[in-house]
Amino acid sequence: MVKLNLNRVEMPRQKPEVRAKNYNEVALGYNQEQAIEEARRCIQCPKYPCVAGCPVEIDIPGFILALRENRMEEAVKILKSKNALPGICGRVCPQETQCEVVCTLAKKEAPVAIGRLERYIADWERENMGAVAPEPVKPTGKKVAVVGSGPAGLTAAADLAMRGHRVTIFEALHIAGGVLMYGIPEFRLPKAIVQGEVDYVASLGVEIKLDSVVGRLVTIDELLGNGYDAVFLGTGAGLPMFMDVPKEHLNGIYSANEFLTRVNLMKAYMFPEYDTPVRIGRQVAVIGGGNVAMDSARCALRLGVEKVYIVYRRSEAELPARREEVENAQEEGIIFKLLTNPKRFLGDEQNNVVGMECYEMELGEPDESGRRRPIVKEGTEFTIDVDVVIVALGTTPNPLIAATTPGLEITKKGTVVADEATGKAAKDRVWAGGDIVTGAATVISAMGAARMAANDIDKYLGG
Amino acid sequence: MYEILRKEALVPNIHLFKMAAPEVAKKARPGQFVVIRIDEKGERIPLTVADWDEKEGSVTVVCMEVGTTTRRLATLGTGEAIADFAGPLGVPTHIEKLGTVVCVAGGFAVAVVMPIARAMRQMGNNVISILGARNKDLIFWEEELRRVSDELIVTTDDGSYARKGMVTEPLKELLEGNGKVDRVIAIGPSIMMKFCAKTTESFGVRTIVSLNPIMVDGTGMCGCCRVSVGGVTKFACVDGPDFDGHQVDWDLLFARQRTYLDEEKWSLEQWQCQGGGHS
Ligand SMILES: Cc1cc2nc3c(=O)[nH]c(=O)nc-3n(C[C@H](O)[C@H](O)[C@H](O)COP(=O)(O)OP(=O)(O)OC[C@H]3O[C@@H](n4cnc5c(N)ncnc54)[C@H](O)[C@@H]3O)c2cc1C
Ligand SMILES: Cc1cc2nc3c(=O)[nH]c(=O)nc-3n(C[C@H](O)[C@H](O)[C@H](O)COP(=O)(O)OP(=O)(O)OC[C@H]3O[C@@H](n4cnc5c(N)ncnc54)[C@H](O)[C@@H]3O)c2cc1C
Ligand code: SF4
Ligand code: SF4
Ligand code: FES
Repeated sequence: MVKLNLNRVEMPRQKPEVRAKNYNEVALGYNQEQAIEEARRCIQCPKYPCVAGCPVEIDIPGFILALRENRMEEAVKILKSKNALPGICGRVCPQETQCEVVCTLAKKEAPVAIGRLERYIADWERENMGAVAPEPVKPTGKKVAVVGSGPAGLTAAADLAMRGHRVTIFEALHIAGGVLMYGIPEFRLPKAIVQGEVDYVASLGVEIKLDSVVGRLVTIDELLGNGYDAVFLGTGAGLPMFMDVPKEHLNGIYSANEFLTRVNLMKAYMFPEYDTPVRIGRQVAVIGGGNVAMDSARCALRLGVEKVYIVYRRSEAELPARREEVENAQEEGIIFKLLTNPKRFLGDEQNNVVGMECYEMELGEPDESGRRRPIVKEGTEFTIDVDVVIVALGTTPNPLIAATTPGLEITKKGTVVADEATGKAAKDRVWAGGDIVTGAATVISAMGAARMAANDIDKYLGG
Repeated sequence: MYEILRKEALVPNIHLFKMAAPEVAKKARPGQFVVIRIDEKGERIPLTVADWDEKEGSVTVVCMEVGTTTRRLATLGTGEAIADFAGPLGVPTHIEKLGTVVCVAGGFAVAVVMPIARAMRQMGNNVISILGARNKDLIFWEEELRRVSDELIVTTDDGSYARKGMVTEPLKELLEGNGKVDRVIAIGPSIMMKFCAKTTESFGVRTIVSLNPIMVDGTGMCGCCRVSVGGVTKFACVDGPDFDGHQVDWDLLFARQRTYLDEEKWSLEQWQCQGGGHS
């Protein structure tokens, strides 16, 4: 019987006081020695529960073994056969609730650091193999339109192109990558890595049309009528929600989408070299407790703000963000105001936000989401001085596709109804996957759904 | 990249750009806009389509120099290219047979009103256009607008040309006159649109304005362009830019347009320091 090694190898990170002032990646990745040491901890259990925890069922013990035995190209191959974007998932997957939580060693509170190993292999590939040109496949003569270039769209496009179909991606923005480019910040997911994956997809022969807003420039029906045999919808859930509390249109109150777009996509942190401005402020409140809230808060901090608050209506235990990111945020000096909810905003004569009146909250019985319901404690109002507020309360699908595509079935929440196993939508020759179907979720679930849809599209096209 | 097929200074600080954008040309409708970005470091800014030619594959925009992006754009000439030209965006202006339609154009907006007036006339409406500018030197496309209108009234604030005064004066006279006015479409600086809407309100004539809040993506993703219309929050880039002028919360629009005054000034100074202002 092997002795269990319960010492998870720490991944080097930039020091909090240093990283709070730059946009470089926080987590630095393992070196070879560290990766092999961590890989050795995997006991190669016969039932490998980790695999079922991964939404795309990567052969985790397989790639770990290959890594350990220094068969790196083999490790890359295993990984890539299930996950086209391992460099991204290794960084941003909520591993602690997916593959790692069910790892046999998790019972001893030391699960194998699967995500970090995945990242190590992907980074090794990028440095040592370059983008290996895939073997050419025989063209099928079929054409597929993929709408949106987030993780769902990129995955569907790559899978279909590798089977010989001619794929065109239509992307509304001027850069491909979806939330990976405009939402998740550079210090958590370097844009060069995302661009590398986009370039890889293009190298498969996929045409990427930027600046192309489907619904306006061309409708789904026009695509289907003009030579495309099938359409995959991967347009995400990009419509920001506001709170509907008084004065939320004051200057300085942003949706997280706007704030992150200005900072990440338009590089407002380099204003005026880059021409898009963002209001920086001295005291910033971010409302919400998910990954989007953490990213917004940490971006604001890096712009040089004095105080950044996370204002969340439940308690620390319910914070939906990844644990690791909450810890990063706390280390960097973000102030958590938990069990707190805004009542209204206060403005000056120029319509600038200057304060936020909040209630204290307490937790009641669990609600339909299973989490304890936050209840206002009447008479507890207090004011926080703020000059920038970022609202990170979630997003729903942009209604443009729904409004311009007759025959799609849409839920009350604005998501597109698609078969869980195949991604098939109600409309003929249309499939959908990712956040447009599930509402805001995760990178890996968007990729998993896209892969299933690509399989079904391929089947439909006679593959 | 999108090539500039033709650039022309209409008046010293207002320029026409005819862009090669064949796909946008196929879909553009009156009242819609595009979002442009000059290069990698540039800001995304919206400009309304003034004209388009599907055969030629071109779309024309008319841009007034106000800040860094619009001034940088003005330094580009025929044969040069810009990075992005995304559109058409927004809901097209509703064109229907109504009777008499008054189109009010302030400043550079004559270019934007042109396709609307033309389409309204083609629908069989009696189109009366009012063209207003601060002074004589800022007037362009007078003859073009006259050609697509049944009647044209020109005003200048300082009286240096045609009738002296604001566009609201002839507008009021038309509303008070014998002929019935069925719809007013007012496009120009926000303050002008507000006063046009105020003028028509007591006459109960539906008045459409084209709002110009600050935008980023122009696709409904950021919420930057939010405006309040009839007490309801709308995203101007996807729900508009056309709205019922009587329902718009103008003060909110003005205030939000001023969000980046300091940054805009700083950016312009930087650019001018680097010699941009002289080219
Ligand atoms: C700030 C932030 C942090 C996050 N952090 C994490 C994390 O740590 N881990 C994790 O797993 N997940 C995270 N997520 C969630 C994850 O990013 C999403 O679940 C995932 O990106 C969804 O992928 P998608 O392909 O469905 O959509 P998206 O990534 O949203 O891509 C959709 C694309 O479609 C384009 N589009 C939309 N409408 C049109 C149209 N009409 N025509 C053409 N193109 C259109 C959009 O511009 C966009 O590029 C985060 C999300 C955000 C916003
Ligand atoms: C739907 C729409 C259609 C428009 N059509 C035209 C047109 O056809 N011709 C034309 O000359 N102008 C048009 N504008 C206005 C034009 O977009 C702004 O003048 C331009 O963005 C100013 O950029 P700047 O960098 O030169 O100036 P800045 O110095 O950045 O700003 C000057 C002024 O422009 C406004 N502004 C700044 N950035 C933006 C932005 N990203 N979006 C909107 N407004 C902004 C500010 O409120 C400020 O008052 C339109 C605006 C909208 C919203
Ligand atoms: S893709 Fe995500 S869930 Fe699957 S093994 Fe990798 S890190 Fe774990
Ligand atoms: S469950 Fe954990 S220890 Fe077992 S094979 Fe998977 S990673 Fe290795
Ligand atoms: S400009 Fe971003 S939502 Fe309208």
